[in-house]
Amino acid sequence: MPDCIYLHYTVPGDDFTRAGEASADLKLRLKKLGIPPEAVRKVSIALYEGEINLAIHAHGGEIDVQITDDAVCMTLSDQGPGIADIPLAMSEGYSTAPDEVRSLGFGAGMGLPNMKKYSDEFDIQSTVGVGTTIKMAVHVD
Amino acid sequence: MTISRIIEILDAHLLTEHADCSREVHTACGSDMMSDVLAYVKDQAVLLTGLNNPQVVRTADMMDMVCIVFVRGKKPDAMLISLAEARGIAVMTTDKTMFTACGLLYSQGLQGGVN
Repeated sequence: MPDCIYLHYTVPGDDFTRAGEASADLKLRLKKLGIPPEAVRKVSIALYEGEINLAIHAHGGEIDVQITDDAVCMTLSDQGPGIADIPLAMSEGYSTAPDEVRSLGFGAGMGLPNMKKYSDEFDIQSTVGVGTTIKMAVHVD
Repeated sequence: MTISRIIEILDAHLLTEHADCSREVHTACGSDMMSDVLAYVKDQAVLLTGLNNPQVVRTADMMDMVCIVFVRGKKPDAMLISLAEARGIAVMTTDKTMFTACGLLYSQGLQGGVN
């Protein structure tokens, strides 16, 4: 494996059915690279929740992935509405998702908590009216 | 419990014709909320759901689940079935309700898979 692999994905904001394509692609790539299954699972779930959030709340966004021998690092950035109260948004069960999203099986207020739960490193920065950037890393043992 | 046994117990109809029904399923999860599935499910599992959209397959794939059961006779479209086939996930439909389907599998020894 090269010292570092960079990947980039664009998540469309107007087609919820496509949310998850980046996570699925990354999962296959990590498996082929021989990344341990538990790390692959953590990356897949954390990124999938992130993709769903980008599609639901931010009208889409960008995902940058960096794979090294030590970790899989993911940066999700959007130019959506931003998050006014990050601690509140990080609490389980809190959601601003509309009923339409709930009818699709999401919007239970578990997205951000799940992203943090499955990441070994997690950071979120957001400015209302500007957008949100989330950085996650999963260590590869 | 094998996928074939689940088909028998639920009197279900298999929709992914190339699925390996000899695969073992260790746990089960019944939910229409995919975020809950992503939060709590662990181990080689079957997902029972009344939700019918592609994110069901995406969620199952991310969780390394091996089988999806659509309850109340729901039939997913060809795109969903194709997506599941590509991921090696068996998909079936049963006329049983969520409660009954979960109860039948539980009574036959399948456990919940929360961590």
